[in-house]
Amino acid sequence: MNRYTPLRWKRVSLLVDKKAVAALGAFLLLVAGVAILSLGSGDMSIPPAEVVKALFGAGEGMHELVVRSFRLPRILLALLAGMALAASGAVLQGIIRNPLASPDLMGITGGASLAVVTFLTVFSDRANALTVSIQWLPLAAFLGAFLMGTIVYALAWKGGVTPLRLVLIGIGLTHAVQALTTIMILFGPIYLATQVHIWTTGSVNGANWNQVTTLLPWALLLIAWIWISARHLNIQELGDAIAGGVGSRVQRERLFLLAVSSALAGSAVAFVGGIGFVGLMAPHIGRRIVGSSYGALVPVSALIGGFLVLGADWIGRTAFSPMEVPAGVFTSAIGAPYFIYLLLRTRN
Amino acid sequence: MSVLIKTTRQKAAGIAVGILLVILFAGCSAVYGYTEVGWKTALDALTAFDGSKEHIIVLKNRVPRALIGAAVGMSLAIAGALLQGLTRNPLASPDIFGINAGAGFAIVLSAAFFSVSSIHQFAWVAFLGAACTTVIVYLLGGVGAGGLTPVKLTLAGASMWLLFASLTQGMLALNERALEEVMFWLAGSVEGRKLEVLTSLLPYLAAGWLGALMISGPLNVLLMGEDVAASLGQRILIVKIFAGVVVVLLAGGSVAIAGPVGFVGVVIPHVARSLVGMDHRWVIPYSALLGAILLLLADIGARYIIMPNEVPVGVMTALIGTPFFVYIARRGLNRL
Repeated sequence: MNRYTPLRWKRVSLLVDKKAVAALGAFLLLVAGVAILSLGSGDMSIPPAEVVKALFGAGEGMHELVVRSFRLPRILLALLAGMALAASGAVLQGIIRNPLASPDLMGITGGASLAVVTFLTVFSDRANALTVSIQWLPLAAFLGAFLMGTIVYALAWKGGVTPLRLVLIGIGLTHAVQALTTIMILFGPIYLATQVHIWTTGSVNGANWNQVTTLLPWALLLIAWIWISARHLNIQELGDAIAGGVGSRVQRERLFLLAVSSALAGSAVAFVGGIGFVGLMAPHIGRRIVGSSYGALVPVSALIGGFLVLGADWIGRTAFSPMEVPAGVFTSAIGAPYFIYLLLRTRN
Repeated sequence: MSVLIKTTRQKAAGIAVGILLVILFAGCSAVYGYTEVGWKTALDALTAFDGSKEHIIVLKNRVPRALIGAAVGMSLAIAGALLQGLTRNPLASPDIFGINAGAGFAIVLSAAFFSVSSIHQFAWVAFLGAACTTVIVYLLGGVGAGGLTPVKLTLAGASMWLLFASLTQGMLALNERALEEVMFWLAGSVEGRKLEVLTSLLPYLAAGWLGALMISGPLNVLLMGEDVAASLGQRILIVKIFAGVVVVLLAGGSVAIAGPVGFVGVVIPHVARSLVGMDHRWVIPYSALLGAILLLLADIGARYIIMPNEVPVGVMTALIGTPFFVYIARRGLNRL
C-alpha cells in the first residue's frame, strides 16, 4: 500500500502521510477521552456524558461550574505544557541528532526554573505580592532556558559538538543550576519555598484561565512554527556535511531551532514547572509510530506529550485521593526507566 | 601523566602537611564567621570553658561543624576515588551516579511517611537507599551491547539522579511539614548539626575509611584491567563488592549527616591523582585530606557570601565543582 497520498488544490500540492494522519486522529481521540475522564473525576464525580454536555453549556449548573471553571483550565494547561515539552524535545533530538537529548537532561528546564525562581524572588514585595505583571514570567523562563541552552552548547563546543559532550555538560550544569535555585529559594520570601518545590516537580495544580490564555498563543505559535520549519529539521538530521551540501546554513538554522526549542520548554516550565522526561519520551514514541520525518513527527509527538502529562495529572489527582501527587512525579517514574531502556538499545 | 610528588618520602611528607592543613582550617572554621571569636578565645573554649556566649558558640556550633565538615569531606572524596578507580570513569562519584540522591530520597521518604527520626535509623535508611541505587546503576550500566562503558554508567547514574530528585521533590510537595525540616538539609549543609550526629555515625564512616585503605592495593591491580587482575589470581567480584560496600557506607553516612553535598567526590580524586599518580594506596589518603580541606574551606566561604545569612555548603561545592566538571567532560570520558 502506498503510504503517501498527494493532495492537490489549484496550485498548491501537499504530500500527505496517511499513516501520520491516522496516528494523529487516534491520538486526538485518546487525548479527548482522557480529558473527558479527567474532567469528570475529582471530589465531585461526573459521568462522561454529563461532562460533554457541561462543556457545551448544556449541563446542570453545578456541573458546568465545576467542569468549566475549575477543571478545564487545569486540563488545558496540562495538555499545552505536555505539547510544548514534547515538541521542544523533538527539535532538540533533531538538531543534536541524538535520541538521548531532552530539555531536562540538557539543563534547559533547569535554566528556566532558575529564571522563574529568580523572577519570583526579585519581583516580590514584603507582602508576597508580585510587583510586576505575571505576564512577564514566560519571558523570564524563556530567557533562562535559552541562555542555558546556549551556554551548554557553547561549553560543549570543541571544533563541533558531540551529543555525548552536550549531555554530560548538561548534567553538570543542571547540578549547578539547582544549587543556584536553592540559594534563591533560601533567600526568597519564605512562602516561596513550598510553592517552588511543588512547582519544580511539575504540577498543574491551581491552574486558572489566566495562565491558559497566556500559554496558549506561545505554545501553539511555536509548535506551528516548528512544524513549518520541519524541512530544516529533516535536513539537519542528515548530518552537518550533507546538510551544508544541500544548501542549509547549518549552524544558523541550528541556533535558531535551539532558540525555538528553548522557548517552548521555557514557556511550559513557566507555568507548570519541570515535568520531567516528557521531552524525552514523547518524540521517541512518536518516532516509533510515524517515523522520523518531522512534518509528521512534530504534531504527533506534541499530542503524545499532551497525553502523557494529562494522564499523569489525572492519575496523580485520583489515585491517592485526597492527596495530590504532582504530575512530574509520575512522568519521571515512567520516564527514567524508559530512558534506561533507550540506553540499553542504543548500540554505541 | 606528569605527577607533582614523586618519591615516597615526599608523599609521606605531603600527608603530614595535609594533616596540618586540615587542623589549621578546622581551627579557622571554629574562629571565623558571623561572630568573630579570635584564636585565643577559641582555644579557651576548649580548655577552660566559662559559659560565655563566644565559648558556647565555639563549643556547640563551630567545633561540631568543623569536625562534621572534615569527616563528610573525607568520606565523599574517598567514595569518589573508589568509584572512579573501580569504573575507570573520570566522572564517577556518589552524586553524579545518583547514590547521594538515592540515600536522600530514602531519608525523606522515611521521615515523611514512616516518622523515622533518630539518627541511627536515618543512617540505616540512607545506607539502604545508597546500596539500592549503587546496585541499580551498576546493573544498568553493565547490560546491553558493549558491556559496562563509562558513558552508559554515567548516563544511567544521571537518570537515576533525575528520578530521585523528582521523587524527593514530589514527596516534599505532598508533605509541607517535612519540607521545612529537610529543606536546608537537602541542599547539603554541615551547619546546625549536633556533635552526637557525628559520633553516632563515626563507627560506620571509620569502617569505610579503613576499608578504603584496605582495598586500595587490590584496586591498583584491578586498574590494570580485569583480565590481568584475574590472571594474577584476584577474585575480582569480591574486590568489587567490597569496594561497593565501602562506597555505600561512606556516601550513605555522609548523606545521613549532611545531606547530599555534591562535587567533592568528582573533583578531589582528580586533584589527588595529579599530585601522586595512579597508586591508590596514596590516592585514597590524599583524597581524604583534600576532601576535608575543600569542605572546610567551602563551609567557611559559605558564611561570608551573603552575610549575615549562610549558603548551604552543598551549594558552594556545586558552584566550585561545576567548572571542573565541565573541564573533565570536555576532555572526554576515556581517560582517568
